[in-house]
Amino acid sequence: MEISRKGEALEISDLDPFLAELLRQVPGSANPEGEPEAEARLFTHPSAEKEICAEWKTYVEPELRRLFRSATETVAGDLAQLNGNEKSFRSRTLAIPLEHADAWLNALNQARLVIATKYKFSDEELNDHDRSPIGSRRDLGLFQINFYGFIQEFILREIRCG
Amino acid sequence: MEIERGSTSIVEAPAHETETRDKDELDLPWQVIVHNDPVNLMTYVTMVFQRVFGYPREKAERHMLEVHHNGRSILWCGVRERAEFYVQQLHGHLLLATIEKVI
Repeated sequence: MEISRKGEALEISDLDPFLAELLRQVPGSANPEGEPEAEARLFTHPSAEKEICAEWKTYVEPELRRLFRSATETVAGDLAQLNGNEKSFRSRTLAIPLEHADAWLNALNQARLVIATKYKFSDEELNDHDRSPIGSRRDLGLFQINFYGFIQEFILREIRCG
Repeated sequence: MEIERGSTSIVEAPAHETETRDKDELDLPWQVIVHNDPVNLMTYVTMVFQRVFGYPREKAERHMLEVHHNGRSILWCGVRERAEFYVQQLHGHLLLATIEKVI
């Protein structure tokens, strides 16, 4: 896999089918449905004061839901480039327009938080970036978190460089 | 006001002024606190602090490291409405942030 800046886009090329599939799973992985703890992590209480929390739930939480959904929809749109030839082992390329960078950062973070909450990874596990091999769905979850973090780091670097 | 009475001058005590501070001033002591979350990348948290508060990179990094090492950092202090706005922005970036009244 190669990742580079190409004009007004970030290009991830030579994507093997496995990594392409992990990227395709970003929108789905960001969905906390059926995972109450993950839902609680994405929509945390803003205060210990009940009055503030009640107002927040009524007025702010719907806005946050819209924001998060919009980010995952933008990412899903970009990921359509990877559709087709599902069984092909041909390497693929994904171009992320720079104007979608914020949506990608947000959706990747949603996915990382939902996966981390779902599998209850410890701090030690989250800091173990060289863990291998992938022997279980849980191991795959940790790999996803690290892979998505790698993509986030690249996007952040490119944003900083302008 | 000074009133001349013969050779004596009397200085009237000034009328007591009622302090009229606006609602925002009375509502001052609220702080925005960001709590540690091992999932969020350090570079991401720094970028969010720069964006939300307009802090220069060095200051944003100092706060990020305080969150990382101490578990929390006070990012801002001021009126409640503004503090709530900042916490909303931070939640929009998926950071663990709360608003607390200064005791």
